[in-house]
Amino acid sequence: MAEPILTCSSVWKLFGPKPRPFMDRHGGAPGLAAILDEGYIPAVRDASLDVNAGEILVIMGLSGSGKSTLLRCLARLIEPTAGAIVFEGQDLLKATNRELTQLRRHKMGMVFQHFALLPHRTVLQNVAFPLEVQGIDRRTRETRAREMIELVGLEGRERYYPRELSGGQQQRVGIARSLAVGPELWFLDEPFSALDPLIRREMQNEFLRLQNMLHKTILFITHDFDEAIRLADRIIIMKDGIIEQAGTATELIENPETDYVREFTKDVARDRLLTVATAVRPAAAGETTQGEVEADATLADVAPQVIEAERPVAVVDERGRMVGVVDRYGLVDAMYADRS
Amino acid sequence: MAAERTLGGSIAGSVAATRRLWRTPGVGPLLVLVPFVALLALKPILPEAGIVWPRDIAVPFIDWINVVVDVFHKHEIFGVFTVKDVTRAIAFGIEWPLDIVHGLLAGGFRSIGIPAIPWVMIAGLAAVFGWWLKGWRLALLAGGCIVYFAVFGKWSLSMTTLSVVLVAAPIAAAVGLALGVVGAKSRPFERALWPLLNVMQSLPHFSYLIPVALFIGVSHRAGAIATILFAIPPMTRLTLLGLKGVSEEVREAGVMAGCTRWQMLFRVEIPAARDSLMLGVNQVIMQCLAMVVIASFVGAKGLGQDLLFRLQSLRLGQALENGVAVVLMAVMLDRLSRALSEKQPERRPDGPFWRVHPYLMVAALIIVVSIVLSLLTPYAQTLPKNATITTAPFWDMVVEFITFTLYDPLSVIRDGLLVHVLIPLRTGFQWMPWIAVASLAGAIGWRLAGPRLAATAAGFVCFIALTGFWERASITAYMVFFALILCLIFGLPLGIWASKTAGRTRFVQLLCDTFQTFPSFIYLIPVIMLFQVGDVAAITAIVIYAAIPIVRYTIFGLRGVPNETIEAAITAGCTPRQILWKVRMPLAFPEIMLGVNQTIMFGLFMVIIAAFIGTKDLGQEIFRALTFADAGKGLVIGLCVAFIGLTVDRLVVEWSEQRRRQLGLA
Repeated sequence: MAEPILTCSSVWKLFGPKPRPFMDRHGGAPGLAAILDEGYIPAVRDASLDVNAGEILVIMGLSGSGKSTLLRCLARLIEPTAGAIVFEGQDLLKATNRELTQLRRHKMGMVFQHFALLPHRTVLQNVAFPLEVQGIDRRTRETRAREMIELVGLEGRERYYPRELSGGQQQRVGIARSLAVGPELWFLDEPFSALDPLIRREMQNEFLRLQNMLHKTILFITHDFDEAIRLADRIIIMKDGIIEQAGTATELIENPETDYVREFTKDVARDRLLTVATAVRPAAAGETTQGEVEADATLADVAPQVIEAERPVAVVDERGRMVGVVDRYGLVDAMYADRS
Repeated sequence: MAAERTLGGSIAGSVAATRRLWRTPGVGPLLVLVPFVALLALKPILPEAGIVWPRDIAVPFIDWINVVVDVFHKHEIFGVFTVKDVTRAIAFGIEWPLDIVHGLLAGGFRSIGIPAIPWVMIAGLAAVFGWWLKGWRLALLAGGCIVYFAVFGKWSLSMTTLSVVLVAAPIAAAVGLALGVVGAKSRPFERALWPLLNVMQSLPHFSYLIPVALFIGVSHRAGAIATILFAIPPMTRLTLLGLKGVSEEVREAGVMAGCTRWQMLFRVEIPAARDSLMLGVNQVIMQCLAMVVIASFVGAKGLGQDLLFRLQSLRLGQALENGVAVVLMAVMLDRLSRALSEKQPERRPDGPFWRVHPYLMVAALIIVVSIVLSLLTPYAQTLPKNATITTAPFWDMVVEFITFTLYDPLSVIRDGLLVHVLIPLRTGFQWMPWIAVASLAGAIGWRLAGPRLAATAAGFVCFIALTGFWERASITAYMVFFALILCLIFGLPLGIWASKTAGRTRFVQLLCDTFQTFPSFIYLIPVIMLFQVGDVAAITAIVIYAAIPIVRYTIFGLRGVPNETIEAAITAGCTPRQILWKVRMPLAFPEIMLGVNQTIMFGLFMVIIAAFIGTKDLGQEIFRALTFADAGKGLVIGLCVAFIGLTVDRLVVEWSEQRRRQLGLA
């Protein structure tokens, strides 16, 4: 297991007149009833999570679930009411403004839902902006910005103004800008939610392509569970300011811990998600097999082969060793496990 | 015990019953009239002080202010200099930029032997500027206006006026921007700023002139200072709104890029608020022009002063020619600054210098050509008097013709209106006890938003009464009220007509835009030509000027009705008339009420200026205060005018916002 690069423990964010004394009065862990009674709005309650180096962690929830607030707490765009946030051994809540500015200038990048481009700057100037505010000279920063623009496939548009670009192109600029300083920690706040479904799909692929090259540590916010499944190494589901469950997509679907998560995962195309490993059973004595499939292939990939086969199909691990067999019944059982 | 309980119960019961009645639709709104009507009915037994607060026991606001003013004016700080000395020193500081700009545009610099810029060059450069901003039409307009000034012999006057605008506008914009920025960064400062802005923007022009005259004296530079002061508030307001309007995400993007506070302000927030700020600049320029015309009362030179002289000596032909020059100046400055605010940054083409900067090349060409021309012929430098045209004799003839042929019919209208409508209405307004008006304002405020608004609205009315100017104020109110009725009669149908098709909307909006840029003073010229001086002339001027917002907001409201709603009405089988009266009008009504509010504000501004042609209201008092440099009186009356406007403004805006929320439009 990789080292966590960012740790957040028991982070609270309450909106209201005097949230800190209120928290103290309730021993640091007020109940929902008390919060609402005294007129506070619970945006994030007792959220703890680790982000491991190089992983894509997706925070998923509907609007008002507190996911964006949590992200903004982690980036210290807003002040958490209570809790601790440690980034590479440094407590962000104790960092001074100067230290935070330095961190943001060198280690963090963020992509915004509505792109947040500066309308009076060209594409090139927008991408170079984070370098400019550091005082890097024009030639260096523009060279770097051009690399970034090329990386997101916008070469030739350097002199365009944001208003001359489509939504997808604007978000590419936003991505290039957030990557310009070479951040270790990359925040993406619903980056594709404002885009058409087709463009969204294209941008998701683009995002995965970039991550394969760059290996950033990523915190990605979305309200779209399909997007979460496509992109995430791990998913955190939030509701009403609380983390309902954290885990890989498979874990969430196979073992939902709460009704809310179950409700959410119910309509997912399980066959595209579950691997053959979930349907495998040990071979019975003297059973003969027909063909073989890999254990980490998805059920959808192997379904035609398994269904066509007269006899069970052998399941092999990455080294080619047989770990068991799978047959039509196993396939169906795995797919409809939640309905039985 | 038992009796007590019943009494308590019955009081509680009646309170509850009143509450219920208050909330009953159809009845509740009428309840606000109860105290008003009751007090009107009780008028015979009201004490005198409840009807018109007597002058001799009036709260001496004027004296209080004058004591403060006197301290600043006469007493020395550290025994060395007075505040007046400081203000005069500042005023001298503005002298040299005024001289430089004026020298460049018209006067030249005799002492060092440099002539002014040739007029052909100014015309050419104005045209190139217009061309760069928006294309050949604007080029033609800008160049054409400049040519008009030269050809019609208004060169020196108009360049003097322009030089004040060119000096005052940047200063006012910079100060306004700075105040707005501080306001956007500091909550307490902002909270203090808003009411101040509201009052300052509803103070009549003259209230600015009096303290300036007192502290700086009557002079050209005093006019420039008054102009600057008058133009600051709109810039501050739009800066505040613009900076608040910067989206949270853009701000966050700035933070995540690692901006320091200053980088944030200058590289993110101010550029992102550019549209709003540039709109502010446009307003500053237009307010400067409006004020520099009126500031001729404290000695500002230029078109305004000349216009004032001509009007005072009733040389209407020349006054009209000056008026046209002011109007052209207004249209030119408005179109140019608006085009500047709408101009988006553009992609630069690659290539040699002359292809990247074609406009600069043309400008350079014009400079060279006009210098050569002015060396060849003096006509290109300044047009001599005998080469200019004047149409004044023609206009004098027209005026004579109007007075000759239309005098009788117009005076019939004028006298009939006066005897049968205006005088009875005026009597009615003067008859109303101030206590009744205050209770009406309070009741409406209470119903709309509770005790705070009630106290504000009633407090404004009380202030006016207690100053001892109630009678004058009621004359002002009556004139604005009557003008409002006329504005509605003419403005509403025009707005409805104009909202029917996109073409009409464009046309009428263009008219409104153009008329609105004219400095209000200009409107006096034609009405004096038609009606001489008096209430009818004043009201006509108010109606022409104040009808603009009603038309504009009616169009805006009607065209703002969601298309889907109209489609729903069509599919429900509504006739066009039903769509208008059952769907579009109700939905547009909150917007139209905002127009009414603006019309009242415009009317108040105009009614004060109309004092110049002989009315008997607050404006006349302000005028007198100006003559005697009575700063206290000028300010108190200015506040009376502002509070009439603000009472209406508070109530109407609150109502309109509530209604729009109810309708789901806001």
